[in-house]
Amino acid sequence: MSTSTPEQPVILPLGLTSLIVRFGLTARPELTVAVRAFVADLTSDPIAGVAQVAGSLTTVMVEVDGGSAARARVQEALQKRLDARDWSKAARPDPLRRWTIPIAFGDACGPDLTKAAGAAGLSDTDAVAELCAQEVEVLTLGFAPGQAYLGFLPERWDIPRMSAINPSVPAGALILAIRQVIIFTNENPTGWHHIGQSGFLPFALDRAEPILLRAGDVLRFEAVASSEMASIVADNADGLGRAKLEVLR
Amino acid sequence: MSVIFQGNGPAITIQDLGRPGQIAAGLSRGGAMDRLALFEATALLGAAHVLPALEIAGFGGTFLFKATTRIALTGAPMVASLDDAPLAWNQTHLIPSGARLDLGACRAGSYGYLTFAGGIESPLHLSSQAAHLMAGIGAVLATGAEITFAQDPDPNAVQVGLTAENRFDGGVLHVVSGPQTDLFDAATQKAFFEAEFTKSNRANRQGIGLDHPSLKFGTDQAAGLASDFIMQGDIQQTGDGVPYVLMAECQTMGGYPRIGTVVPDDLPKLAQAQPGKPFRFKLISRKEAEARTKSEADQLAALRSKCTPVVRNPADMRDLLSYQLISGVTAGQDPEG
Repeated sequence: MSTSTPEQPVILPLGLTSLIVRFGLTARPELTVAVRAFVADLTSDPIAGVAQVAGSLTTVMVEVDGGSAARARVQEALQKRLDARDWSKAARPDPLRRWTIPIAFGDACGPDLTKAAGAAGLSDTDAVAELCAQEVEVLTLGFAPGQAYLGFLPERWDIPRMSAINPSVPAGALILAIRQVIIFTNENPTGWHHIGQSGFLPFALDRAEPILLRAGDVLRFEAVASSEMASIVADNADGLGRAKLEVLR
Repeated sequence: MSVIFQGNGPAITIQDLGRPGQIAAGLSRGGAMDRLALFEATALLGAAHVLPALEIAGFGGTFLFKATTRIALTGAPMVASLDDAPLAWNQTHLIPSGARLDLGACRAGSYGYLTFAGGIESPLHLSSQAAHLMAGIGAVLATGAEITFAQDPDPNAVQVGLTAENRFDGGVLHVVSGPQTDLFDAATQKAFFEAEFTKSNRANRQGIGLDHPSLKFGTDQAAGLASDFIMQGDIQQTGDGVPYVLMAECQTMGGYPRIGTVVPDDLPKLAQAQPGKPFRFKLISRKEAEARTKSEADQLAALRSKCTPVVRNPADMRDLLSYQLISGVTAGQDPEG
């Protein structure tokens, strides 16, 4: 489903206590930039009665304290903020930090690699080469604690989720769909393609920094053999999986 | 003060009302699957604030008490006994130090709750004691685990019970529309809200599937949808077109379209039903949904007024001497000062 005409942001109710500001239904890089700018605006200049704010790829969720009258007031304030600027023209901030993360692609470490590569029109080898040549940025955190949606990959990777849910994908797995990749926080079911495995654990409750990734981070992947991944995972007390971190600015 | 879990119940966790306000970090609220059971226990034990509990999915096991405390048993009624004497559900019990509490299978429902009058003492993570298994916070109780509880503030309080709302047989789940309802065409929506479902075996703290013998409720607008906020109560239609209702430990984002959101006060009904129980979804206006939704304070107040003293037959009272039968004579355990 693609849209060529620019969508106007709309405000819609979610459940009984929240509102969603939707910039679009399908992910596009400029929408995510607009979302981030709008979240920054609501965070630096809070609207009274708002309990929490969070951004996804295309929407901003605003939870409201109090009943329907409070929600109506917040909705009005949100509409004013939306009208005050052209959020689609917001500037994309430069990255702050770069992670380089070892990944074992394919085979038992990534059983869906061939399916995903095929859907993108590539051989397994070319797919891995292309994925390791990309720099992907943290678009949003969500699904599970500290889990980042990373993107955007080139258009050829706009492949849908699988129709059947993969019942269990391990922590540290690299999964791919709709021009994005995710390093999985915890073992969970997913409809995304499981293409690789890392020793990088985005969330560890007992680590000094439980959540590693944040807005402004970019990631590169470095292909390693599955035997090397086994030794990385065997000696992984910090849950970093031998990832390297550079501070860019 | 503690109790030792010597059991085989595979899915027992500490639960409270969870962790609101963590969506930006990717963490859903979590907490008890049947919040009403926490409120009932809190009312029964006369606590000012909602007490944490052991949430027991399916069946429990043996609990050895190393201190005296009142407990409340709420939620799914389980086969329960104290040193082999049967115990009634939906009421308080004074458990003497050294006693053995056995909680067996659910007679109805799926989640029973064991609540200690002084509350459970366990580490707080982000201001909550609740295990959130999907997020990697806390864990299920292992055999031999010791659960520490705080002192019962009023061990001599009169034994009370209440008649709990029946939420164990399925029924109607009221639904409000959501941001993606209109991605489903009118015919699909109509069919969905007329269909009779049964609760599936695919049910855990993350979400609950519902089965239908023949119909699928999909949308052709699902394939390229951006992952978007998802919340407890949302009815997600995965690629196979069957509804899956997100529960306490749901993810914070999901890409499958949601036809609507089950109102919060109906979630205990869905959590508690055993697989095979019948359900229908009924679309209601937001105004009606708000009218049906009671605040925590209102729910607690209503439950407190439903608590009544338990009348017992003295012939059944093995611990007769621990009761205050004549004014001024007690079991001799008055706190000093």
